[in-house]
Amino acid sequence: MALELKDITYKYSAGTAYEITALDHINVTFPDGEFIGIIGHTGSGKSTLVQHLNGLIKATSGEIIYNGQNIYDKDYSMKELRTQVGMVFQYPEHQLFETTVYDDVAFGPKNQGLDDKDVALRTYEAMEAVGFPQELCDVSPFELSGGQKRRVAIAGVMAMKPAVLILDEPTAGLDPMGRDEILNMLKETHERTGNTVILVSHSMEDVANYADRIIVIDKGQIKYNDTPKNVFKHYKDLEKMGLAAPQVTYFMNDLKNAGMPVSTDATTVQEARDEILKLMGR
Amino acid sequence: MSFIEAKNLVHEYFRRDENDNVVDILTAVDNVDMNVEAGQFISILGHNGSGKSTLAKHLNVLLTPSSGTLFVDGKDASDEKNTLDIRQTAGMVFQNPDNQIIASVVEEDVAFGPENIGVPTDEIWQRVEKSLKAVGMWDYREHSPNKLSGGQKQRVAIAGVMAMEPKCIVLDEPTAMLDPDGRKEVLDAVHELNKKKGVTIILITHYMEEVVGSDYVFVMDRGHVVMQGTPREIFSDVETLKEHRLDVPQITELAYELKKSGVDLPDGILTRQELLEALRYLDEN
Repeated sequence: MALELKDITYKYSAGTAYEITALDHINVTFPDGEFIGIIGHTGSGKSTLVQHLNGLIKATSGEIIYNGQNIYDKDYSMKELRTQVGMVFQYPEHQLFETTVYDDVAFGPKNQGLDDKDVALRTYEAMEAVGFPQELCDVSPFELSGGQKRRVAIAGVMAMKPAVLILDEPTAGLDPMGRDEILNMLKETHERTGNTVILVSHSMEDVANYADRIIVIDKGQIKYNDTPKNVFKHYKDLEKMGLAAPQVTYFMNDLKNAGMPVSTDATTVQEARDEILKLMGR
Repeated sequence: MSFIEAKNLVHEYFRRDENDNVVDILTAVDNVDMNVEAGQFISILGHNGSGKSTLAKHLNVLLTPSSGTLFVDGKDASDEKNTLDIRQTAGMVFQNPDNQIIASVVEEDVAFGPENIGVPTDEIWQRVEKSLKAVGMWDYREHSPNKLSGGQKQRVAIAGVMAMEPKCIVLDEPTAMLDPDGRKEVLDAVHELNKKKGVTIILITHYMEEVVGSDYVFVMDRGHVVMQGTPREIFSDVETLKEHRLDVPQITELAYELKKSGVDLPDGILTRQELLEALRYLDEN
């Protein structure tokens, strides 16, 4: 069981003088239960790619296979797909619309046709997962702080219990602690439920800290699809794509260039610390 | 008198019911004293809801003090007569470049501000040229802004503010929506304006790395200024920063972790170069 893209090409304004190829023959598989980071500079095609995964954009050519079925088949239920593949957009708090937090989070599961009891269960569970205090569930979402709104919006998608959870820059504009809380929550839910998480991010540090595997997109093509260590090894190549490596990876290279015998593949603070301690014989 | 001088500055948001009765008061800025000298590069840190954006909006009179005083370039912000003057003294750049660009050609977008305040046409074009060159976007002057990258758009927005020839630019999370390249472009452009043109910079950010090159840092929490000092002083106190829901640059964090494991490093290491030198020193001795 997996989500599989076969030779996906997407062209904006196809057939006109303004035609732009946003995705160029993409082949990639998202196996069940992985935590995957997607990075790429603005305009690389990463948001276009993830919007294909739940059928919001239809490819110009190619196939998407979810759990063995082609989602472009005539009798395939897109509605079913969208409850299985949940999507949290950039700045999801702009999409809050109900009069209370509870109603907003409950909107998804209600639409899935669950009865009131199950809806309530899912709603409270999702609020707990994102760390939103239950006693505030009758407050208007518009009276909350930015960080709280973001949590409510993410809870609204999580309440549908999607097997695949896609998040497009879920931490943009959050303070460092808010960022850590959201990412830890995603990791924790991922470990507890075994869901697939696809995290689109502009922060190299965040994908290095949380993802099992990183997909790098440049000019509509997949350039790397590997572990953080193996991807950030190519930091010079990433820079040419408008990306970078985590600061600590650069630092390990600084040490090596200064003649110290260290391995340069650390991508997190902990890994760098352990490698340096090893060097110093501790 | 300092270029920006806030004394006991308070800002309260009122929440009202249908009958306009006040039901709740939120003190977003609470008794803030702040002095900024002309030509300084200042960063303001604070978690979401700490009051930093509310404070920043006072600097170009989008908001006025509920009590206390604020003087910008010697002018009292509470006096309505000064509003336009202060807005020309302190320009503002926001988070989302798409909300700030209005024209369909880059140079026209930059010309919009000076045109509005009645600058003669010849001078407008001189200012447009100067501003676009200052942010490295002159080659794109005839492009359409919506074909630019996020970093480029944000630099056009900064050029638009520059064309008003402000003494000070306030940037409220200008890089939050940008990729690493875009963040670097914007930061480089802002530092350049500060160094070469002497523009006073007030930068609000959640990226700790962006603070490293500032002259002075203010940290806000619950409307108060809770820490202030040079980046080195601020980032030396990792524990206190974390209490305020903040963080330190990744290199500072690494040095802090090494220190906790018994490596004899000084506090407040900010850059790769500094950490490298400190480790080499230990290695050689």
